[in-house]
Amino acid sequence: MDNKTFSTTDAIEVKNLECGYEGRVVLRDVTFSVKRAEIFFIIGGSGCGKSTLLRHLVGLNRPTAGEVRFFGRSFMGADLESRRNLLKTFGVLYQSGALWSSLTLRENVALPLEEYTPLSKGDIHDLVTLKLAQVGLTGFDHYFPAEISGGMKKRAGLARALALDPSIVFFDEPSAGLDPITSREIDELVVQVRDALGTTCVVVSHELDSIFRIGDRLIMLDKAQQGVIAEGKPADLRDLSVDSRVSSFLRTDRERRAAPH
Amino acid sequence: MAAPTHVTNACVTARTTGECLHLNLCGHWKIIEPRPTFESLIGVQKPERLLISTDDLESWDGALVLFLVEVLRWAKEYGIVADLAQVPRQAREMAEGVLGASSLPKPPVPALGLATGVGLATVDVWRKTRDIATFIGECVFSASRLFRQPHHFRWNDCLAEMQKCGAMALPIVSLISLLVGLIMAYQAAVQLRQFGADIFVADLVGLAVVREMGPMMAAIIMAGRTGAAFAATLGNMKAGEEIDALETLGIAPLDFLVMPRLVALGIMMPLLTLYANLLGILGGMAVAKGVLEIPPAAYWVETQSIVDLSDLSTGLIKATVFGLLIGLSGCLRGLQADRSASGVGQAATSAVVTSILLIIVADALFAVVFNILGF
Repeated sequence: MDNKTFSTTDAIEVKNLECGYEGRVVLRDVTFSVKRAEIFFIIGGSGCGKSTLLRHLVGLNRPTAGEVRFFGRSFMGADLESRRNLLKTFGVLYQSGALWSSLTLRENVALPLEEYTPLSKGDIHDLVTLKLAQVGLTGFDHYFPAEISGGMKKRAGLARALALDPSIVFFDEPSAGLDPITSREIDELVVQVRDALGTTCVVVSHELDSIFRIGDRLIMLDKAQQGVIAEGKPADLRDLSVDSRVSSFLRTDRERRAAPH
Repeated sequence: MAAPTHVTNACVTARTTGECLHLNLCGHWKIIEPRPTFESLIGVQKPERLLISTDDLESWDGALVLFLVEVLRWAKEYGIVADLAQVPRQAREMAEGVLGASSLPKPPVPALGLATGVGLATVDVWRKTRDIATFIGECVFSASRLFRQPHHFRWNDCLAEMQKCGAMALPIVSLISLLVGLIMAYQAAVQLRQFGADIFVADLVGLAVVREMGPMMAAIIMAGRTGAAFAATLGNMKAGEEIDALETLGIAPLDFLVMPRLVALGIMMPLLTLYANLLGILGGMAVAKGVLEIPPAAYWVETQSIVDLSDLSTGLIKATVFGLLIGLSGCLRGLQADRSASGVGQAATSAVVTSILLIIVADALFAVVFNILGF
């Protein structure tokens, strides 16, 4: 990893970001920062713009206003070459896994390595074996994405996102459509990734279990307000937030019934 | 009234007490079984009060709710008191819910004036033209990267595409080209025989096939077969976030997905056209032998004497351009597809229509240009 990228404290700084599609503003004035090696959640109800924010953060959509910085380096104003260099420093795990359907799992994980590293074929082979083992997919390297289950696709997607040992990994609803056990395993993988390499993890989710199990901090988005309505530690927001939208979102049914208000 | 001992279908017993009509529902009220309608029961009666009980009701579903809806509507219309207190609470609530439901007002669609409509259409045409120009420009950059760093090119993907769009298309290209040659020769034979000019069938078929029909038929087949497949594949990849995954890795989808397909079609189209030419001429030869009794050797000699290299190269140049147009249309429509199943279908349709349109326009341009150049 490039040590020069670690000159500032925060891994991601977002300032006054305005996101939208074709003239329709979905989020405005979004400001937050993510510290290094933090597991940071972006939460909110359906349709509040969580995935939209993620798409703007990773550069799939261009924000109408505002700024995103990774390790102090501007992403929005970067020229093609520095943008490509920044893209190398983060991995994305898409909601569906987004594995390339015409390639095997091995080829999927190998592609970023072939594109960006001068490693020999043998080294790439070993590295891919290691990455697949990390996510518990040893032996499935010659399977095509259509031949494996949804949970395995997510794991393989994670192996690919981790191929270049990125400094930041974005997860788009990693638990969506998975059973509780597989979902817990994915959570454990997120923690492992952070602990092993100090990777910053940004997770878009509305799974309360995941948020409290592994989340360090979070921001909550709101559809009506078109922006961030809370930022902080999950437990603090649940117990101390005076905003009923925040506290009721973060409480389980039992906690909600037991709550005095 | 005694309760029926074995009731299967829905039924109603009616009893009038003073000004009150008492309806007792019994049996199984199932939506898939016939049931009495309230209208048929009540006829023209207008009691002051209506009481509905369900003492002998054995089971119910939406059928009972529908019946209650009819009751409530009727009661409301004539201002009659309907007592449903003895009806299962859930059924009553559902019926009341149906009556109380109202559609949310949809935001009004603003009526467009002529000027606004024309303006919006112009903006739309401008946006589409800009998208196409951007796509072609990016393809040019991608092609220049391919020439600068050929070792970076995904040759394996390209070979796989060549296999799919070339070798696997041979049966259909064979059949269509042979039939087109046969049809042309047959039509020509009928006319030319009247003037004793039988042998000129070879000239007509040879020139028409090599200059025009060979590349054109191969291109139409490729547009329907390969152009649609490109659009559907790329559209599906877009819907499955696979293209997003490439972009966030900093890999240009054009280099990864479009160029291998364009190169494959650009190489395979002239080869398929050569093959189509041969089959077309063979078709003509078969008719000449069968109908006009011209020996194949004579037919072949006549064809060789009239078709020269400039005719052949005209066809091959056209074929290469048609191949690129089909590849560009298929990939562009695929990348523009909406992220849905219907979006993928539309992209495939649009790819075929765009390809065929461009092929015909390009062919017309070639006709003019080759005429001016004297080819």
